[in-house]
Amino acid sequence: MRTRPGPAILGFLLLLGLAVLFIVPLLMMLLGSLKADHRVLLESGSLSAFLPHDLSLQNYRDVFRRSEFHRFFFNSLFITGCIVICGLVVNSLAAYAFARLQWRGRDLLFNLVLALMILPFEVIAVPLFYGASILGLRDTYAIQILPFIANALSIYLFYSFFIGMPKELEEAARLDGASTLRIFFTIIAPNAKPVFASVAILTFLTWWGSYLWPMMVTIGPSVRPLPVAIASFFTLPPLHWGDILAFGVMMVLPVLLLFIVFQRWFVRGVASSAIKG
Amino acid sequence: MNRHHRFNDQTKPALLLVIPALLGLLLFILLPFVTALVLAFTDLRLGSPLALRFVGFEQFLYILKDPDFTRALLNNLLFAAVVVPLQTALALALALLLNRGLPGTVAFRTLFFMPVVFPMSLVAVVWTLIYAPGPNGMMNAFLHWTSFGIWESRDFLRDPLLAMPAIMLLSIWQGVGFQMVILLAGLQGIPHALYEAAALDGAGRWRQLLHITLPQLRNPLIFVMLVTTILAFRLFDQVQIMTRGGPENATTTMIYETVQAAFTRQQVALASAMTVVFFLLVLIVTWLQRRFTHQEREVT
Repeated sequence: MRTRPGPAILGFLLLLGLAVLFIVPLLMMLLGSLKADHRVLLESGSLSAFLPHDLSLQNYRDVFRRSEFHRFFFNSLFITGCIVICGLVVNSLAAYAFARLQWRGRDLLFNLVLALMILPFEVIAVPLFYGASILGLRDTYAIQILPFIANALSIYLFYSFFIGMPKELEEAARLDGASTLRIFFTIIAPNAKPVFASVAILTFLTWWGSYLWPMMVTIGPSVRPLPVAIASFFTLPPLHWGDILAFGVMMVLPVLLLFIVFQRWFVRGVASSAIKG
Repeated sequence: MNRHHRFNDQTKPALLLVIPALLGLLLFILLPFVTALVLAFTDLRLGSPLALRFVGFEQFLYILKDPDFTRALLNNLLFAAVVVPLQTALALALALLLNRGLPGTVAFRTLFFMPVVFPMSLVAVVWTLIYAPGPNGMMNAFLHWTSFGIWESRDFLRDPLLAMPAIMLLSIWQGVGFQMVILLAGLQGIPHALYEAAALDGAGRWRQLLHITLPQLRNPLIFVMLVTTILAFRLFDQVQIMTRGGPENATTTMIYETVQAAFTRQQVALASAMTVVFFLLVLIVTWLQRRFTHQEREVT
């Protein structure tokens, strides 16, 4: 609307320049993963870092040879998948009760949930680690999944959506004598797909990249997820940059593909965490 | 009568619905949090045969005199003081540029947002390569080239002066897209009529930015600054992977010191006290945000 040609060109050039700076690490990772190991660092200081030639998938084969990538990938998928799926069910049900049912103690408990929202994970990491240690739960899937299913922010996001749905929605079903659970699964949930998508994406992103907690509780490679695995692969001698970058590409590829297909939902999911502002 | 009946009717199903979530929050958030508050006043060490003793504020006095922890606290504050304004300004600039309907806007937005979906551990590894020492390192070569040869190769991550700025830069690269999309959503919510009225009054682009855009963006701006400040306090992954807090404590952080105490040295009580200090800082920043955010919120 209020774009004049001069400033528009200037703005475009500015964006383009920033875009080039932004894309450099991404390109370097992708192209480096396809080059012979010794060339990655050698060429990273010159423009040949970005000229694709003599590319091969050897580094990708080496990753599978030198590490248990398939195991780490499964661990990440399993842990994150469990947290997302269980989290969607548990938190949406609770939010439904808070938003649309009348019961004693509701407001008090909901305020407690709101208060818990400001606690970053780091605040509880130490006692949780201590508890996991004395209960002998270190190096298990359970300790990487169970603490993160119930989530105050997810409950709040579901609550904000459910509270805005029209009241008449469940009236008819309730008069027909349908149970609360039935009403939730047949009427509320199908009409709340956007918030389920947002919470799923936000939860997935958070735990796919989570590093601190699995670093503390995993000991061997058996239940180790990708973020911890890449950090230890990175320190595994000899230093093969091509392999490390190939590991990285394979680690982020599923997220990136999902992101490109569902971009609108990603942006909405991440931005939805802002509504508590 | 009927209303009273339904009130009672819903209490049972409601409790069934909230119990799984409340149980989880109670066991895994509230209980550990209270435990941290209690443990901070004890002398607990993991695996120690001695009985637990309450030692009052001893742990707090210890960490506030501990040069490692005070340095960590300072580093976190420095990180916040540099990254929050820089990253917010960059995000605002990007959002403003993307809101002008220039060609390629969707592609640019995709690109700037893309690092947000990258796990921080991967970002840290990739940027370690970028910061490689010697003239072959990409950052060294770039600075050498843009300074017309004045820049001499440095080892960024082992240089006490450069290590922290190096970590700040990659954190901005990874995080700015998040702020950008929130500010962009805020910009798109500003009514066009405001700009039209201002244009009629002869207000130029800068005055429109100053008197319409920024005041209208107040709440999203405060929100993204709050989130970035808390992220600055939580700084850990990059430090653990790239520098291990070094060189000479130049990049150590509160969470790094906490993990060192709890995990490496098994000093659970000391780590709990550090956690409490961290929590108080988060609480102060959150309180400030609530205080400065306009009370009237949009009813959606």
